[in-house]
Amino acid sequence: MLAYIVQRLIWLPVLLILISLVTFALGLYGPGDPVQVMMGLHTNPQIVEQVRQEYGFDQPFLVQYWNYITNALQGNFGYSLVKYQGQRVSDLIAKRLPITLQLNLVAILWSVPLGIALGIFAALKRKSWLDVFVRGVVILGISLPVIGLMPVLDFALSRKHELGALVIGPFLPPGGWRGIFAPHIIQPAFILGLGLLAVYTRQTRAAMIEVMSADYVRTARAKGLKEWMVVMRHALRNAWIPLITIIGFTLAGLFAGSFLVEQFYSIPGIGALAYESLLSKEYYVIMAFTLIAATVYVIINLIIDIAYAFVDPRIRYK
Amino acid sequence: MQTQPVVKPRPAWYVTWQRFARNKPALLGLCVITLLVLTALFAPMLAPYDYAKTNLNNVEKPPSAEHWLGTDQIGRDMLSRLIYGARSVVFVIFIVSTISLTLGLTLGAIAGYFGGWSDTLISRVIDFLFAFPDLLFIFFIAATLKPAIVNSLKSFGQTNNIQGLVDFVRSGYADYLVVMVALSILGWAGLARLVRGQILSLREKDFVLSAQAVGVPTYKIIFRYLIPNSLAPILVAISMGLGGIALAEGILAYLGIGLQPPNPSWGIILSDNVGRYWREWPEMLWLIFLPFVIMASVVFAFNFVGDGLNEALNPELQ
Repeated sequence: MLAYIVQRLIWLPVLLILISLVTFALGLYGPGDPVQVMMGLHTNPQIVEQVRQEYGFDQPFLVQYWNYITNALQGNFGYSLVKYQGQRVSDLIAKRLPITLQLNLVAILWSVPLGIALGIFAALKRKSWLDVFVRGVVILGISLPVIGLMPVLDFALSRKHELGALVIGPFLPPGGWRGIFAPHIIQPAFILGLGLLAVYTRQTRAAMIEVMSADYVRTARAKGLKEWMVVMRHALRNAWIPLITIIGFTLAGLFAGSFLVEQFYSIPGIGALAYESLLSKEYYVIMAFTLIAATVYVIINLIIDIAYAFVDPRIRYK
Repeated sequence: MQTQPVVKPRPAWYVTWQRFARNKPALLGLCVITLLVLTALFAPMLAPYDYAKTNLNNVEKPPSAEHWLGTDQIGRDMLSRLIYGARSVVFVIFIVSTISLTLGLTLGAIAGYFGGWSDTLISRVIDFLFAFPDLLFIFFIAATLKPAIVNSLKSFGQTNNIQGLVDFVRSGYADYLVVMVALSILGWAGLARLVRGQILSLREKDFVLSAQAVGVPTYKIIFRYLIPNSLAPILVAISMGLGGIALAEGILAYLGIGLQPPNPSWGIILSDNVGRYWREWPEMLWLIFLPFVIMASVVFAFNFVGDGLNEALNPELQ
């Protein structure tokens, strides 16, 4: 066990250095000479040189990287150069991150418990109408393209036609961000949660089906336990284990969803920030965003792997 | 001595096909995909108009005898645009799955069969690629490398007077290239990990050991013994991934980092129209709802086929 953890922990800093190196190299030099990109095409070469020295772009690459990383570790990711001129990138992110977190929290809160419950019931009543319905929900959640679903749903719920004006409109207002408790959050949180719902349902169903056909469940039944005891005490406790592995996947999915949902519903979260930065070529923001997201993702996946090895001893001995 | 009746065993693919054909949604999905591929292949013959031809005297018209699916905000024929959009999706899917399959099979097999430092190297590269949430990675590549690649292709064409290359860049197809490379970079890593695991478990089997003992060349062992025996899960993984590629192509085009207008992509059709029409009745019917339904049915079809293949190749699962 210890050897496994140590082995994973040794690899972590290497991975983080690689990630930051690639992010830095591509983010700054991918688009071309950073000073030229920053200043546009028609510039005075003298001023270009001046800016180059001022921002330290004349130093060797590794020195620049070292400066960037040491600053980043202290929470300084540079300054916005184009759209939010002069603002610190870290301030921009700190201001918008809570909004995305709240939105995602609501999405997780409705979809993950529901998905787990649906998965359990579908597995217990296999091939029933409930199971068919649940499998339908799963395939819908995976297949519906969010980019089309959002406008269609928004139209269906808009006040422009009678049904919307009478029933739904007042309760489900479109777009904008008015805090976590305003009804404006319902539509985006619903859309964000759909994918999660599908993944958790499918995973829970598969895990439960596997567990329910295991020998120890048959033993538990054979010794005369009531069915609910078998499910609650013997099956469920083992079905949780594979669910741990999709937490990392959940993060990635929420991340992807935030881009689209925040952009469509005009929610000023971090996904919208990343999108605006892409359009206005804010490379420092994009770099900070990539770096932070990848670091969080790697660390959480590491924690998940170690947690998994703890709860399922078979993993360690592979 | 008893004589046994000679029963010719049915070939494996035939049995699989029979199981697959019993699955009605999968069969329907296969029909939709066939239709999609045919549409893509014969797009120039099927499309009644030029997909990019505008007609400002004929904008936002509902479906009619001349324009079966109406026209958009600058008078382009929706049917032609949807047909050519199918071409974009099929093209991206074909290229991405070919590249990721080739890379994934080769590198995964090398890592699994030879082990040692080649395994360490390949596995670490895969770990590294998995450190980024997938959409973030594509987004990052599109934001940083795409302008550089496109510009350098263009300037290379101009300095060397290759008119074809300049036209290629100007037509927007260079953007395709970047999207596809970004998608493939992620695609191969997942496949390679799967292939590696398969090969690792097959490598110690007796039939491989005996092949090694009689001196079958290594490449033959890999391509004739190991890969065919690990084909089932690989096929399932690929077919499950195709819907995801179709979705990703649409999302990237929608966000403006994939294929560029006026080139037709379902994502571009949606993003063009969402800005103006998503609350207009009845325009949204043919400008948003229709592309949404088409895109959704294609992704559905791929997922159904993937599910069907999974059940046909692993009958013990269901």
